[in-house]
Amino acid sequence: MNTPNTYRAGADDDGHFGIYGGRYVAETLMPLILAVERAWNEARNDPDFWTEFHDLMKHYVGRPSPLYLAKRLTEQLGGAKVYFKRDELNHTGAHKINNTIGQILMAKRMGKTRIIAETGAGQHGVATATVCALFGLPCIVYMGATDVERQSPNVFRMNLLGAEVRPVTSGTGTLKDAMNEALRDWVANVDDTFYIIGTVAGPHPYPTMVRDFQCVIGNELRDQMDEAEGRLPDTLVACLGGGSNAMGLFHPFLDDEGVEIIGVEAGGKGLDTDQHCASLTGGKPGVLHGNRTYLLQTDDGQILDGHSISAGLDYPGIGPEHSWLKDSGRVSYVSVTDAEALDAFQLCTRMEGIIPALEPSHALAHVIKIAGTYPKDHLLVMNLCGRGDKDIFAVAKHLGLDMGQTDQG
Amino acid sequence: MDMSQRTETRITRKFAQLKAAGRGGLGAFITAGDPDFETGLEILMGLADAGADMIEFGIPFSDPMADGPAVQASSLRALKNGMTLKKTLDMVRAFRQRDDETPMVLMGYFNPIYIYGVEAFLVDAKAAGVDGLIMVDLPPEEENELCIPALAAGINFIYLTAPTTDAARLPKVVEKASGFVYFVSITGITGTRSATSADIAPHIERIRKFTDLPIAVGFGIKTPENAADMVKIGDAAVVGSALVQVITDNLDGENRARPGLAAKVHQLVSELAAGVRSVAKRPTKEVV
Repeated sequence: MNTPNTYRAGADDDGHFGIYGGRYVAETLMPLILAVERAWNEARNDPDFWTEFHDLMKHYVGRPSPLYLAKRLTEQLGGAKVYFKRDELNHTGAHKINNTIGQILMAKRMGKTRIIAETGAGQHGVATATVCALFGLPCIVYMGATDVERQSPNVFRMNLLGAEVRPVTSGTGTLKDAMNEALRDWVANVDDTFYIIGTVAGPHPYPTMVRDFQCVIGNELRDQMDEAEGRLPDTLVACLGGGSNAMGLFHPFLDDEGVEIIGVEAGGKGLDTDQHCASLTGGKPGVLHGNRTYLLQTDDGQILDGHSISAGLDYPGIGPEHSWLKDSGRVSYVSVTDAEALDAFQLCTRMEGIIPALEPSHALAHVIKIAGTYPKDHLLVMNLCGRGDKDIFAVAKHLGLDMGQTDQG
Repeated sequence: MDMSQRTETRITRKFAQLKAAGRGGLGAFITAGDPDFETGLEILMGLADAGADMIEFGIPFSDPMADGPAVQASSLRALKNGMTLKKTLDMVRAFRQRDDETPMVLMGYFNPIYIYGVEAFLVDAKAAGVDGLIMVDLPPEEENELCIPALAAGINFIYLTAPTTDAARLPKVVEKASGFVYFVSITGITGTRSATSADIAPHIERIRKFTDLPIAVGFGIKTPENAADMVKIGDAAVVGSALVQVITDNLDGENRARPGLAAKVHQLVSELAAGVRSVAKRPTKEVV
């Protein structure tokens, strides 16, 4: 592949990043998808839209999130200076709210009066229920039946916020099926409903739109690192499920040649088993949920369920722009196992007094592997994209303790 | 319309016959290999004799996002019993040895074909006796994936139009359509609500302004009366979920076919065919 002049120009007019992306949806949805695209093209060029977005980011979400030098961890690892971008300090405890704020403003702009969403672990569901409460719109969240059971605190949070959680039993009752069910709802309610997709996937313009909302992470980092060190970071590391926190961190730096960028997938019990969720490092390109991208699938093109200790990484696909960045070689994608993530989770908790979510624990596990290989003036930034309160039951179980909650498988 | 869209197939011949006979057609949808290969083949073999004018054969897929609960479950049953796209083509081939007239349309989602390889698939599908393709998740915006290669291979590519497909968009949708146009009669998923001829009339009228292809109506048609009502305005009615429901209702506790399952599916097809044939139609007027 030739090196492009810029890695930041996608998607093209048809929603493609190279061969990835696109609009693979039923005809019933196409007119609506095109309407979302038109509305998005207007909104992204409307300064008033961004003024409202950034006002909510500051006063409601609590941005900018701090850039924090993890001193003890840096000393322990004995190499690069390890910084955390603290998106776990956002309102609702993760980066998800950056996107739901943006999309609820889109829904309002399009005059839609009913919101639907899919969720896996429940973080996107909570972030969607939150903005629906804020804007007074009814909210229906589709969630795999198995996830409803193992993430009951988040189900209760959504209920408290006024959302209706609909357990999905179709298919295998997981996140991919929740997304199918949300799409089925949307097909039947095209007139009044806006679908708030939780990651940088789905039909165009979603991958681009969600990315642009999440870019608040990387854009802040540029300024913060300049203030802290007077220059750009050297290495960026983030975990990927669908890939939205990673894309938000990476995208503003894609054209900065000297910045090394690494995405970390959920390796589950190992890529040599069938119990992982590493679409990019263990899957192949296919078409699902409106876009072409790397997928976990059989030789017959049937989609497989992923496995990860972290329910938030438990999606058999990945945002299409990541697929393109992988093929182009601009971003390196690696995987870490459940066990490595669990170790990183404990190290961060004890050494920095921060309980991270299991998702960024994957990113941290990779940081632990590589930090010592860099010189002491190397600036490494990891996106700490969610806090771990939601995961304490799962972690307890894996550590052999019983806290009276079923956890994620 | 270019020449490839004029290619004569069993589909175009069938619609010409129906027009000459002054009646509407019945399309029968079943999922390939539901509930298992043997029973599925038995069902398939008897559909035309029972009165189906055209067969829509569903390629099983793990994530059928435009389908309702009945078709979703049928797909999963077939997959659980080892059904694949390759075996789907095997069934078409077996059917063709016995029936060289009834049009056979494969309906499904793109990923299994993409993984099979588009070029290899079209060669194998044509050789097996497939006449047309309906791909739920390939709108005209993605026509380069399969529509254009299929036309070049002499296979009709049937586009779906929906109540949401307005007059501004219709020309784009029917531009490369061939065989027939499939009108999705409700905004929703398969096998849920049912529309009436009064509901669909303005939409069919709008579509006929942009194409002279026959129009089949589907999604939510369940009874002989409903099917009869639809062919008053459409050129064919397609019934799927109701047939799949007969399969569902005739399984034992472990999802195995109970004796007589295929005959019960054929019985409903006969009733639907009688309904469709009860409506006398004047020859469809040509729109130039």
